[in-house]
Amino acid sequence: MTAVVVENLRKEFLRRDADRSGLRRRRRRVPALEDVTFSIERGECVAILGQNGSGKSTLVRLLSTLLLHDGGSAHVFGHDVFKEQRAVQRLVNRVSVEASFFKKMSSAENLSYAARFYGMTASETRERIPLILDRVGFPTRRRRESMEHLSRGMQQKVSLARALLTSPVLLLLDEPTTGLDPRSKLEVQDFIREVWASHDATILLCTHDLAEAEALADRVGILDRGRLLCLEPADELKERFRSKTLEEAFFAATGREFEQEDDAERGVFA
Amino acid sequence: MRGAAATLRHELIGLSGVLERNAYLVKRYVWWELAFFVWSLANTLTIVFIAKGIHAAGGKLDVNRATTTLLIGAVIWSYLGVVFEILTETVAWERWEGTIEYTFMAPLARPIHLIGMGLFAVVYGVIRTAVLFSVIAGLFSLSLGGANFVAALVVLAVASVSFIGIGMMTAVLPLISPEKGMQMGFIAQGILLVISGVYYSVSVLPHWMQWLSTISPATYALRGIRHAILDGYDVGAVWGDTWPLIVIGVVAIPLGLWVFGVGERHAKRHGKLKRSG
Repeated sequence: MTAVVVENLRKEFLRRDADRSGLRRRRRRVPALEDVTFSIERGECVAILGQNGSGKSTLVRLLSTLLLHDGGSAHVFGHDVFKEQRAVQRLVNRVSVEASFFKKMSSAENLSYAARFYGMTASETRERIPLILDRVGFPTRRRRESMEHLSRGMQQKVSLARALLTSPVLLLLDEPTTGLDPRSKLEVQDFIREVWASHDATILLCTHDLAEAEALADRVGILDRGRLLCLEPADELKERFRSKTLEEAFFAATGREFEQEDDAERGVFA
Repeated sequence: MRGAAATLRHELIGLSGVLERNAYLVKRYVWWELAFFVWSLANTLTIVFIAKGIHAAGGKLDVNRATTTLLIGAVIWSYLGVVFEILTETVAWERWEGTIEYTFMAPLARPIHLIGMGLFAVVYGVIRTAVLFSVIAGLFSLSLGGANFVAALVVLAVASVSFIGIGMMTAVLPLISPEKGMQMGFIAQGILLVISGVYYSVSVLPHWMQWLSTISPATYALRGIRHAILDGYDVGAVWGDTWPLIVIGVVAIPLGLWVFGVGERHAKRHGKLKRSG
């Protein structure tokens, strides 16, 4: 079964110019995603590579029902993302670059109330939270400590636990290892691999970590300035662009170095 | 039928999650709570002392009645502030903590989410208001022997429905305008303060303001509660103030949900439903 079908998906944002016209700043439409088309099979892990501002987060936020589109369509397990939001919300969860918790509350408290929004009762969460925290490698004795006392890596593990607690069939990972130290990064990547193998989850991984994309994904796509240039297995991608590495393939596909960013564009599409 | 029951169960569990989260936050921010309570106490005292001040300056008034009138105004205003603040935090606090995207992508019906916030605000507000009222009434040794607190609570409960509805409308402001929304909410609250007779009778207001006071639920809440506490009116006797509150509540809740829905769609259209705004 196809987990995700995206066809000609478009999203634009209004951007205020620095120049003023009278009292008001002029606004112009800036495309964040332009006619993006792809599909993901159930159980597949697909990575989307792109620089900051390429539209990765916009894509994740559209599939998370946090944005309305300007054209095209998106379906998750047959449900229209924009017309059947509740049905989609039950199937999806995400891990983003920022762990995003109530910082004074403990990990157990944060997980407990979040699970409630997905219909899990207090007795269910009491049982499952220690198990899931243990599974992500979080020391369960620290589950009553407030989040602000936890390291970034620990917070990200709790973020993974939050996403998995609700048993999503589609997991959206938006730069889940950005900013983590190398050890935490490897731990999170290992856990993603484990979840994918054991959980029957479909994964969409948006990242600007080339090695991560190559190590985790069945197929790798390149998103550049809102356009999905290609989506295929990493080896085929390298072969197509006659490159030895994904970085070279990225350069060949976009005409730009992976680390090179256009300051004027940065942040516009995020 | 079974599907509807499952949906209802899911929503009720979600509603309990909203209440649970707010209870955790009160527990974790207990020193903030204490500080705000002391601030409210000091603020209320400042207002309540006005009656004694006028008497000391030679003004002729029933000090006990005037003090109680001002006290009711101050604590109901404080209650209204708490309800609005908690509802406005539906968006503002979540954005500040960065949890807004996770909450708004969860499969929780928005009316249940907002009603959960409103319910918590009312329970928390009533407890806080009762403590504030008791402490100050005790400090001033107010004579409240004839007060009908049951009728006062009934009026407050009915008024709370309208307050929640209006709170939903102000809660949408930070969603539409991340930078200015919270402040615009204070403007709405300030207007209610002026027109609702919090510390004076609405009859002293200019004619156009008096007209505005007829559509403010706080006007009826204050009048009804004052009748119940100062004059010992029972639930039947405050009906004149209760029925307008029921009418405003019946309009305010659906209107509040609709306004919030429009705001949420606007935020989703323009990418404002995110942590950084």
